[in-house]
Amino acid sequence: MFKQASRLLSRSVAVASSKSATTRAFSTEVPSTLDSTFVESWKKVAPNMDPPQTPSAFMKPRPATPSSIPTKLTVNFVLPYASELSGKEVDMVIIPATTGQMGVLPGHVPTIAELKPGIMSVHEGTDIKKYFLSSGFALLHANSVADIIAVEAVPLDHIDPSQVQKGLAEFQQKLTSATTDLEKAEAQIGVEVHSAINAALSG
Amino acid sequence: MASTAAVPFWRAAGMTYITYSNICANLVRNCLKEPHRAEALTREKVHFSLSKWADGKAQKPVLRSDAPAV
Repeated sequence: MFKQASRLLSRSVAVASSKSATTRAFSTEVPSTLDSTFVESWKKVAPNMDPPQTPSAFMKPRPATPSSIPTKLTVNFVLPYASELSGKEVDMVIIPATTGQMGVLPGHVPTIAELKPGIMSVHEGTDIKKYFLSSGFALLHANSVADIIAVEAVPLDHIDPSQVQKGLAEFQQKLTSATTDLEKAEAQIGVEVHSAINAALSG
Repeated sequence: MASTAAVPFWRAAGMTYITYSNICANLVRNCLKEPHRAEALTREKVHFSLSKWADGKAQKPVLRSDAPAV
């Protein structure tokens, strides 16, 4: 357990002296670690314990923003149960933002986009891979890195069109019979999701 | 938190984003072809072991398995 202690301790002290704690780093910069005054006072009160580490001390820093726009976009596409794409270099992704389908190329302005149920396509040369996303967020960073986070994402060929038709009819019926606001909203979501799947399958 | 911006219909009905996105995810899961559908639904199952406390002792635990609604 304490095998790494001496290494971690010496590293954090060495790095801390070079960076002031008052300048806050952006996520695209190399993360600053603990400041030296904190480490010194920590050592006074707890000489046998390592100073606390933050997650940024353990994570690989994001690559810096290059001055020229790179030719490829780096995509991280994660689901709660799987990492679909990790650091994959592609030409373009088209994401289903709430404001409409959004094409993301290298050098895109940094944005956070909320996603709606819809189709996401990953373009890699002539190869296009399509997923249906339920909802989520896309975080586009200045250094041409895109993090796409979805609750559920499935390849299009896994979808059963007959189930979609059944679901759509069911929720359209529910929408007319709904009495409370909540029931109405649930039926509305049902109709929207199934219509989006339908559109994705036909388009 | 008073915002004058347009709110989505599900937000106006009192849903949170988590509720909304879970409903969406469930609907997508229910539209899958068979091997994938069963796989996706089992992944979402949760199991609770509940035991009530009475007179300072734990009663017999009850296992509750919940699949998400919809």
